[in-house]
Amino acid sequence: MGGTAAGWLQVALLGAALVLAHRPLGDWMARVFTSETHGRAERLVYRAVGVDPAAEQRWPVYARSVLAFSAAGVLLLYGLQRVQQWLPLDNGMAAVEPSSAWNTAVSFVTNTNWQGYAGESTMGSLVQMAGLAVQNFVSAAVGIAVAVALVRGFARTRTDRLGNAWVDVTRAVGRLLLPLSVVGALVLVLGGVVQDLSAGSEAVTLAGATQHLPSGPVASQEVIKQLGTNGGGFFNANSAHPFEGPAAWTSLFSVFLMLVIPFSLPRTFGRMVGDRRQGLAIVGVMAGLAAASLALTTWAQARAGGAALQLAGAAAEGQEVRFGGPLSALFGAATTLTSTGAVTSLHDSWTPAGGGLVLFNMMLGEIAPGGVGSGLYGMLVLAIVAVFVAGLMVGRTPEYLGKKLGRREMTLASLYILATPAVVLVGTAVALATDTGRGSLLDEGPHGLSEALYAFTSAGNNNGSAFAGLSANTPFYNTALGLAMAFGRFLPILLVLALAGRLAAQGRTPVTAGTLPTHEPLFVGLLAVTVLVVVGLTYFPALSLGPFAEGLS
Amino acid sequence: MTTALDRAPVRTPGPRAPRRSRIEWGPALAGAVRKLDPRALVRQPVVFVVWVGSVFSTVLAVLDPSVFGWLVTVWLWLTVLFANTAEAVAEGRGKAQAATLRKARTTTVAHLLDGTEVAAADLRPGVRVVVTAGQVVPGDGDVVEGIASVDESAVTGESAPVIRESGGDRSAVTGGTTVLSDRIVVEITSRPGETFVDRMIALVEGAQRQRTPNEIALDILLSALTIAFLLAVVTLQPLALYSGAGQSVTVLIALVVCLIPTTIGALLSAIGIAGMDRLVQRNVLATSGRAVEAAGDVDTLLLDKTGTITFGNRQAAEFVPAAGVTEEEMADAAQLASLADETPEGRSVVVLAKTRYGLRGRDDLPGAVFVPFTAQTRMSGVDLPDGRQLRKGAAGAVTAWVRALGGVVPPGVGEVVDGVSASGGTPLVLAEDGPGGARVLGVVHLKDVVKDGMRERFAELRRMGIRTVMITGDNERTARAIAAEAGIDDVLAEATPEDKLALIRREQEGGRLVAMTGDGTNDAPALAQADVGVAMNTGTTAAKEAGNMVDLDSDPTKLIEIVAIGKQLLVTRGSLTTFSIANDLAKYFAIVPAMFAGAFPGLDALNVMRLASPESAILSAVVFNALVIVALVPLALRGVRYRPASAEAVLRRNLLVYGVGGVVAPFAGIKLVDLLVSLVPGIA
Repeated sequence: MGGTAAGWLQVALLGAALVLAHRPLGDWMARVFTSETHGRAERLVYRAVGVDPAAEQRWPVYARSVLAFSAAGVLLLYGLQRVQQWLPLDNGMAAVEPSSAWNTAVSFVTNTNWQGYAGESTMGSLVQMAGLAVQNFVSAAVGIAVAVALVRGFARTRTDRLGNAWVDVTRAVGRLLLPLSVVGALVLVLGGVVQDLSAGSEAVTLAGATQHLPSGPVASQEVIKQLGTNGGGFFNANSAHPFEGPAAWTSLFSVFLMLVIPFSLPRTFGRMVGDRRQGLAIVGVMAGLAAASLALTTWAQARAGGAALQLAGAAAEGQEVRFGGPLSALFGAATTLTSTGAVTSLHDSWTPAGGGLVLFNMMLGEIAPGGVGSGLYGMLVLAIVAVFVAGLMVGRTPEYLGKKLGRREMTLASLYILATPAVVLVGTAVALATDTGRGSLLDEGPHGLSEALYAFTSAGNNNGSAFAGLSANTPFYNTALGLAMAFGRFLPILLVLALAGRLAAQGRTPVTAGTLPTHEPLFVGLLAVTVLVVVGLTYFPALSLGPFAEGLS
Repeated sequence: MTTALDRAPVRTPGPRAPRRSRIEWGPALAGAVRKLDPRALVRQPVVFVVWVGSVFSTVLAVLDPSVFGWLVTVWLWLTVLFANTAEAVAEGRGKAQAATLRKARTTTVAHLLDGTEVAAADLRPGVRVVVTAGQVVPGDGDVVEGIASVDESAVTGESAPVIRESGGDRSAVTGGTTVLSDRIVVEITSRPGETFVDRMIALVEGAQRQRTPNEIALDILLSALTIAFLLAVVTLQPLALYSGAGQSVTVLIALVVCLIPTTIGALLSAIGIAGMDRLVQRNVLATSGRAVEAAGDVDTLLLDKTGTITFGNRQAAEFVPAAGVTEEEMADAAQLASLADETPEGRSVVVLAKTRYGLRGRDDLPGAVFVPFTAQTRMSGVDLPDGRQLRKGAAGAVTAWVRALGGVVPPGVGEVVDGVSASGGTPLVLAEDGPGGARVLGVVHLKDVVKDGMRERFAELRRMGIRTVMITGDNERTARAIAAEAGIDDVLAEATPEDKLALIRREQEGGRLVAMTGDGTNDAPALAQADVGVAMNTGTTAAKEAGNMVDLDSDPTKLIEIVAIGKQLLVTRGSLTTFSIANDLAKYFAIVPAMFAGAFPGLDALNVMRLASPESAILSAVVFNALVIVALVPLALRGVRYRPASAEAVLRRNLLVYGVGGVVAPFAGIKLVDLLVSLVPGIA
């Protein structure tokens, strides 16, 4: 079977699996977050934390809970890394250097999983399991909880209660992520992903040299890395490492794991607001943008210019050569369209157009379908912006799902769309304006610019994928990217929760023939264009000096 | 297809509501120059950013003069000026009207009961003044004594005098109107400076215009976009320096000004002022812009049956003869029986006989004795000199009369009577007692006649998603029948003022916005509760105070136009915002290659318009950006065309025109400007 045919088949298979999975999973999630009962284990957790699960929170309290929980996570993770040499299961690793420890702590708590370090030679098994793997679960759960709070804002009327953050996070972990991970991990182990607690083994190669074969609890971390759109690999080579991604089908299964929750959450949204067509419209926009991006990426990689590339049939440098170009493109698109950031190939070595596209995927703000939870709330905020302008054009003061979009709502939505680009552009500008920042770039000219732009885009949007080329494990980048990740995560979350509070407090305007329909194809197209315009207009100048300048010369 | 707006009744322009389509650019430009004061501009953040950019680029042009630098600077200042002109033009339209009104106000003298004279401006609420024929009413108030005819043309533009009298719903007088006859005592109800005329002056001048909630929300979005573009350009310089393509500050300012939504930012307040102006042109005064916006959002329209939906009285619609009687015979008898009947119903029988059967009115019937209607007989008629007696009236009364005289009532009559009642009409039975004995001649079908064109208007409203509710004192069955005929969605029958208020509250609890008209004092609570309450100018002071709009024409159907104006205001804002943002694509394609093609020749591929030189490309974008403001001023003032249709249809059309059009138009526009600009020496 030719590479192209295999590529088509993989995409078809993936699409079918997602379509099949999104209904039961979306419905299940809706049940999880509307259920009135608490499990026995959950009650234990609530008692331990000291919260009353029946007490719902106002938005500031919900936000405070999320922030406090995340801050505690950063402190714990930082501490673990700094003292790992005195703890068991350190596998002989030394304490992590402070700036790197800060960067890694923020990175895993913000669901970014940017890795400035090489996993197998830095983190012992305790940090991997008790620190990083735990955050892989709870950072994903926080994203889902915030999205659910926003959905409740749309679903509820005349209340100041948004649910309970502790309950939502606990349920997201206990009823959703853990069960799915167990199943997923078993599948991965079947596929050949390693899973043990050893520090690895020594092997003698044919040439007589000894080689260290690293090992550890890989499968259990690999599954949540993808499912929670985290992306932080056990090994430095991430999913390209044969122990993380042993076969083509496990690679495809990983892509499925990344996409399945973000693509199912709109269904949850539709169910919770009582109109499944609204969820369908949102998933339609996500799927449309993702499909367009994947098609362009594959095409850009396959149609590369240059004699060597033509001979090879496609750009092969940096690709996951075991599985071929199309799967590399699919994995690259999926990992940047979700906020995962796991890699099977080096995006730095992609064609300028291909590299520009994965960069643009992240600039979309991780909404097609985006990170777990963050994808949905990001898309809903953009839907608010689209509805505002389009709603005026039908002659009414705009409303979305019966909620009026007034001064306060638009202030919050406007700040949201401003926050991430500000972090990305200011970060990139500072990096390129300073000698320290420029010193870490591998390349000169437009490609070097792309490396810095990619790093801050990845951090600001909480993706975590690396372009490679940039030596990011320096105090400057560790600190700056850590800040970018923190602002890029928690500013939007605060704004989204404030918005949810405003929406929940409102009544509901009934739907009439004069109401802008937000479930029709016209609106799906309009929202997709809004996303592209908002992103395109903000990043066009920066992109023109990076990928455009490189690709067009 | 015509629209609700197109069908606005063509009024004879009164002195207060001149309809001017011409734009007075001259005075507006002078006003625009005065508005260059940055303290005033801060209120418009987008324009303010352009102002700051202009100042910077002026300084740079002075320090380092070049043809390009100066041309960009000049056009940046022109951008600010054009933005101010838009607002000044909109405001200018009301200035002349305001001047006329102000003249009337300042010269008025008030006569107190004890004969002393005071200036009208010093009158306090509760003071009583005497106004006699030829004098101007010194302030808003209620007539507490006497009756007079009043010329209200200064306020309404309507030259026919109206009657104002103490007590009842016609007691309110407006300051600035003139008493034509008799003498009245007026108790002043308004504080100095807050009279109706004062409010009108403020309104038409656009002075102290409060920005409306939606305008503020849009302004916030525009400000956010402005900040985003400022950030994008400010952070671009380090990227450009790294790439060895550092840009001059003038070019960066030009880029910012082209990208930020200057078009809508410049036109936003003009659109708001023009929306109010469109209401004023239709003789409607809104106390706030908020009410105009709310009008666009109305979900439920409460309409009084009488005067709005129907002509207000029952009219003969049909003669149904009994068996053995011809239609002509019956029409002739009906006319004779009604000649002396001065009730509207009686007159309508004569009219129907004339229009349908060509029977001329017979003025005098010598020897005829008219029998007037009484509550006991419940019928009226005429006794002719030849001995014939004609009677018409309630079915029971007339058939009893026929039977008493020994006549028979044909079986068909009862069915006709029931049929007419069932359809919501009123049956009048016509009978005669003549040479052939007493007999029933037939049934006159009286009904409320629905005004022409109302059915189509209600269908339009339904397409716009607005539910109509008819308010009437009639019983449920009659009301339903009329509602069905007019195409009204729902009725509130046998309505009391309390019922009205309760209905409005119920609708609002469901999240719906309600609009209504009213004139009586007992309408005041409902007018105050409604989101859009339009008081009739003929109504009481209480009603006018309670509502948030006053219709000087006192035309209850005006409500439909008010809704259309509100929607048009919002559509205009949304469409021009879309257009403004869509424009940015072309500007990027003009400016980005101009900035960076020097360092990266490959980027010249983005120069799809093939603009002559980097300088001409940047200048063309700036010039286009400025000119498009001027080009859109008439549209902003007139408002985007609004057709009553479903939301999706309206959106599709506007997206096509202003979204797709907004992407395409600047490509052509910038190219055209470039062809001219490149002729300037030192640019190409």
